[in-house]
Amino acid sequence: MDFRGLVIILLSAVLVNNYVLRQFLGICPFLGVSKELGSATGMSIAVIFVMLMSTAVTWPIQMYLLVPNGMGYLQTIVFILVIAALVQLVEIALKKYVKSLYSALGVYLPLITTNCAVLGVTIANINKGYGFAESLVNAFGSGLGFFLAMVIFSGVRGHTEDSEPPESFAGLPITLISAAILSLSFFGFNGVIENLFGQ
Amino acid sequence: MGKLSNLTKGFVRENPVLVLVLGTCPTLAISTQASSAIGMGLAATAVLLGSNVAISLLRNVIPDKVRIPCYVVLIAGFVTVVQMIVEAYSYTLFQALGIYLPLIVVNCIILGRAEMFANKNGVGASALDAIGMGLGFTLTLLVMATIRESFGNGTWMGFRIPVLYDNNISVLTLAPGGFVIFGCLIALVNKISKARGRNLKIEATGCAGCPSAEACGKIQPGTGEA
Repeated sequence: MDFRGLVIILLSAVLVNNYVLRQFLGICPFLGVSKELGSATGMSIAVIFVMLMSTAVTWPIQMYLLVPNGMGYLQTIVFILVIAALVQLVEIALKKYVKSLYSALGVYLPLITTNCAVLGVTIANINKGYGFAESLVNAFGSGLGFFLAMVIFSGVRGHTEDSEPPESFAGLPITLISAAILSLSFFGFNGVIENLFGQ
Repeated sequence: MGKLSNLTKGFVRENPVLVLVLGTCPTLAISTQASSAIGMGLAATAVLLGSNVAISLLRNVIPDKVRIPCYVVLIAGFVTVVQMIVEAYSYTLFQALGIYLPLIVVNCIILGRAEMFANKNGVGASALDAIGMGLGFTLTLLVMATIRESFGNGTWMGFRIPVLYDNNISVLTLAPGGFVIFGCLIALVNKISKARGRNLKIEATGCAGCPSAEACGKIQPGTGEA
C-alpha cells in the first residue's frame, strides 16, 4: 500500500477510531492513571512502545508460524504469552542497559501486560488483514490515540477533582460522565478522513 | 460464610462491574444490544467457571512467584475453547462480539477472581463464586444493554418498542452513551447502598481486584480508585 493509505490508517486510528473513546479498549488505565499529567504521559508512552514492539513480534508469528501450520486458533494463547514475555524482557533489558528510560517507564510496564488495548491492537491488525507496515502504523496510531485521550483527560480530571458533584456521583461516576463528554467531542472528527482524502 | 452467599454475593453486594469496578471495557462496548450482552455475559461466565475450578484445583501446585502467568495461560486456554464453540454454534454472536471475545483473556473479572478467591478456596466454593460473579456480570450487562437499546434504538432483543422506536436517542447506543449510563448506574448503586446504611466504598475496592494493583500503587501511592 502506498504512503497515502498509511496516512489514512494513522489518522483514523488516532482521531476517528480512537481506542479509548470510541472502542472502549484500555479503559482501566484511562480511568486509573489519568489523575496527573506526568503519570498519564509516562503510561501512554509505555503503551505506544509496547504496542509497536508486540505488533512487530506477533504479526510475523501469526503469518509465518501459526497460519502455515494450521494453528491459527492458537492466536489468543500465543499472543497473550508473547506480549507478557516481551514486556518482561523489555523491562529487564531497560533495567540493565538503559537506566534513564527504565526510571521513566519502568513502573508502567507491568501494568501493560493486562491492558486490553495492546492485545486488542495485535488481534485487530490480523483481523483487518493489514500487511506488516500497515500493522505497525496502525499500532503506532492507536498508541498515539491513547496518548491523546490520556493527556486531554488528565487535564479534565484536574478540574473534576476540585469540583463538588452530588454525593452519589463523587469519584468514579463523575469521571465517567466527563469521559462521555470528551468522547462526544471526538465525534467531531467523523468524516475528517473522507473530507481530507476524498474517499 | 455460608455456601449460598458465595453464589449470591456476586449479584448485588459484590457485583463485579458496579461495585468492584472490574471488566469495564466489555461492559461499555458490548452493552449496545441486549442479545449480544447476554452472549458476552454467558461466554465470560463459562470462562470464569472453567478458570476458577482449574485454578482452585491447582492452587497447591502452582508456585506462588509465577502464579499470574500460569493463570493467564489457563484462562487463555478456556477463552480459546469458548471462542471455538461460539464460532461453531452461533456465528452471528461471534461476529457481534468481534474482538471482545478473545479479549475475555484480559478481562480483569476473571484474573481478579482467580487472585482474590480461587487460589484461597476449595473447588465447590470457587465454582459457586464463578457462577455468581458471572451471572452478576451478565445481569449488569443486560440492564445496561436494555437501557441503551430500548432508549437509544427503540428496540429490545430485536423487537420494536412502540413509542421509543420513533423517538430514539441514538447517542445512547454510541460511545458517549455508554459512559453516561455506566456512570449513572454506579451513582445509583452508591445512592441505594448509602440509603441502606451500607457504605460499599467503591474507591477502595476498584483496584484491589486488579492483578496489576501492586504496580499501580507505585505510581499513585495512597489512591485506590479504579
